[in-house]
Amino acid sequence: MDKYLWLIPALPLGGFLILALAGKQLSRSSVAIVGAGSICLSALVTFVVGGAFLAGMPANAVYTQTLWTWFEVGAFSAKITLSLDVLSLLFIFVITFIGALIHIYSTAFMEADRDYARFFASMNLFVFSMLVLVLADNLLLMYLGWEGVGLCSYLLIGFWYEQQANGNAARKAFTVTRIGDAAMAIGLFMVFQQAGTLVMSDIGANASTIWQPNSTVVTVTALLLLAGGLGKSAQLPLQTWLPDAMAGPSPVSALIHAATMVTAGVYLVARMHAIFALSETARLVIAVIGAATLLLAGLTALTQYDIKRVLAYSTISQIGYMFLALGVGAWTAAIFHFMVHAFFKALLFLAAGTIIESLHHEHNMFKMGGLKDKMPVVFWTFLAGALSLAAVPLISAGFYSKDQILWYSWTANGGSPVLWMVALSGALITAAYTTRMMILTFWGEAHTPVGHLPGRRITMPLIVLAVFSIFAGFVELPHNFGHFTLFSDLLHPVLPETVMRAEIPSEWLFQLLAALATLGGVFLGYHYYYQQPARLESLRRNAMLASLHRFWFLGWGFDALYDRLLVKPFIFISKINKSDVTDRLYTGIAAATGEMYKLLSRTQSGSLRWYIMGLVVGAILILGIQIML
Amino acid sequence: MKTTVSAEVVVLLAGLLFALGIVGVIIRKNIIFMLLSVEIMLNASGLAFVAAGSRWGQPDGQVMFVFILAMAAAEVSIGLALILQIYHQHKSLDIDNLKEMNG
Amino acid sequence: MEIAFYIAGTVALVATLMVITRHNPVHALLYLNVSLLAHAMLFYLLGASFAALLEIIIYAGAIMVLFIFVVMLLNLGKETAEQERKWLKPKVWMGPTVLAAVLFAEFLALVLSSGQDVYSPAVVSPRELAVALYHEYLIGVELAAMLLMAAVVGAAHIGRHKKLVLHRFLQEEKEKEEEKHEEAVL
Repeated sequence: MDKYLWLIPALPLGGFLILALAGKQLSRSSVAIVGAGSICLSALVTFVVGGAFLAGMPANAVYTQTLWTWFEVGAFSAKITLSLDVLSLLFIFVITFIGALIHIYSTAFMEADRDYARFFASMNLFVFSMLVLVLADNLLLMYLGWEGVGLCSYLLIGFWYEQQANGNAARKAFTVTRIGDAAMAIGLFMVFQQAGTLVMSDIGANASTIWQPNSTVVTVTALLLLAGGLGKSAQLPLQTWLPDAMAGPSPVSALIHAATMVTAGVYLVARMHAIFALSETARLVIAVIGAATLLLAGLTALTQYDIKRVLAYSTISQIGYMFLALGVGAWTAAIFHFMVHAFFKALLFLAAGTIIESLHHEHNMFKMGGLKDKMPVVFWTFLAGALSLAAVPLISAGFYSKDQILWYSWTANGGSPVLWMVALSGALITAAYTTRMMILTFWGEAHTPVGHLPGRRITMPLIVLAVFSIFAGFVELPHNFGHFTLFSDLLHPVLPETVMRAEIPSEWLFQLLAALATLGGVFLGYHYYYQQPARLESLRRNAMLASLHRFWFLGWGFDALYDRLLVKPFIFISKINKSDVTDRLYTGIAAATGEMYKLLSRTQSGSLRWYIMGLVVGAILILGIQIML
Repeated sequence: MKTTVSAEVVVLLAGLLFALGIVGVIIRKNIIFMLLSVEIMLNASGLAFVAAGSRWGQPDGQVMFVFILAMAAAEVSIGLALILQIYHQHKSLDIDNLKEMNG
Repeated sequence: MEIAFYIAGTVALVATLMVITRHNPVHALLYLNVSLLAHAMLFYLLGASFAALLEIIIYAGAIMVLFIFVVMLLNLGKETAEQERKWLKPKVWMGPTVLAAVLFAEFLALVLSSGQDVYSPAVVSPRELAVALYHEYLIGVELAAMLLMAAVVGAAHIGRHKKLVLHRFLQEEKEKEEEKHEEAVL
């Protein structure tokens, strides 16, 4: 079965090529069939190959398929090799399955758009790049996919390019992630210099012999690689692009900025866990960044009024959880949360998109309301997603994954009580803003009339994702529930066990506290937004709280900070160099040639006597040289 | 008649005549005089060739002279035809009128 | 018989000097003819009698006559002499004379740097010349023949009197010019 591995990325690539080259000529339904069909077929192949893989686990738990050699320079040869192990299987399952659902949704969502073919071409290219990213067996090929997803993110955020703001958002996303990518490239150079190879399995196997544990070299390498992940996953300090990226269509937000691209950082860290395991500093940095991000983004989400921005900050926050888990060494917990998050976040974004469409592009939650009865399917599916996001105990998948992370944030060898406190507060805040979002959107009186209701192609994916949001958590029950560890057993060949501390407090206590945090958050949201909204007014009048609210609303001032620190000096320097000094060197050569031409062309005066003079003088000179030599 | 001739003197004479021809070409503005001076130069080089042939007792010098003669004849005929056309077009034989191929 | 040699040389020099300084074209041509005759004398004294003959017959006898014909055709007489007088002021002579002098000085230096070379010129008969021409230099002869043919054809074509035919756009300009010219005259 492994010889069909190449089909999984090749089908979306084929879809992209067809749509990019001939998209304008095809009819809408053909574009839809090619665009969505390629991903659906890819998902099908994934199921078949994955099923065969899991059923008959090969020797070292990995399928490889070398397609061709990209290039060879000296002793280094870069091959296009796809390798499938459980980690990548999980990722491609998420990518193709959720991707297929989102593509089917988009065939109806983008129906009225003029650039139908371009949309699907970009989406297919994105899925291709993401698949290459996770199926790559060497870091160079992964970097190819990395850059590809960055490009497609730019193309899709700025899809409606005729509005300036969308183009600005796309550029911002590209530039900020580029910073991370540049750091990651340097990290790759360092890895190659130390290890002599870029094949990930070789690096992982030999990591302890190549690098000294906790040496500067391995820490720097790990931090550089991490920087790439921070950029793509929108963590501190490179998180400013994700909220603005909501300028793109909702399916784009669902696919790229919820389920797949932003988790590329998580994939990178999990894949190169051998390097990160060698550096305590790097792991601490990851955990601290994860914790700080989740708190920061959570508080910001609490203040936003645009429903998509709430979801964007929520994504940043949830990925913070994943990074926290990676930092403390809870590798499988992070991947578990990734999988569950992909389902419910994609669902939430798709549902939000439907709501916005039906309410004639109304993004402001405060102007929504009363949709519970008007759009029932959307309401129930959104509810399922929201339950998972808030990690409501026992009934949602989110509970199981988030609870695991909370557990490990104290008990793992890299964890600490501080991290646990932060994560717990984050859980409370998450539940609070989720409830706020639900209440403002679906309850209360309807401030905006509902337009047309969504059709089958939109509601079917929502329902499927809702089912997964609830039931996907049951693959991994906590230790004290029955020790059903299907998920971590699956990942066992790839990711190591979490190293625990010596003394572990009782797991029941932690679960109780986590449940209490969630329910407390739900209650807070319910109280302030449903029961007694008047109390909100009195809070608003408090000057200090109002300025705090404003500070959180602006994303903790990061945009302003970067503007002052980076953007303004850059513009200043560009203004100084407006005439482009370095270009003068080249235009100077051209100008000098022009001057020489003018000078020399004067010697061609057309006067015969002038030429004869020249001949005579020349003869004199030559004879003079003859005499001298 | 046994005369002794020193080779340098003849060649120097040829050089002097050549130099005079150059002076004539540079100084004169009238095309006919310039062509005349070119003839002087050609003749001077012919003298040099014949002198060289005579020095070594070989006919090669004279052969060269014959060729120079043929060439001079051809050149003069075409040159004079051109001069006729120039006079016809510009109504003057001043060479400074023919300055259009410049820049 | 060296004295004949020096006399011929002097005559050639003086005649050439006169050629380049005369104002009247016909005078210049006649002086050039004298110079060519002196050359012929020099050739004879160097033993190249056939070259002397050729010089007289072809150079002095044909080429110069061609020149004289053209001068006659163009009717260059008094006005040309006047013009030359105007053009040939003494200060015009300075630069070229200096240059030619420098050139001759270099030439002198080069020739005198090799040793003295005195010899007795032997007569090279026309027979030897002919043999050399038609054996070793046969190709040269053929090429010279082609050159002469090209010259004949070229001269015949260039020398033709063609009526100047202007393009019809330029016709109007020419008419305007002629009108202006007539008005100016009137």
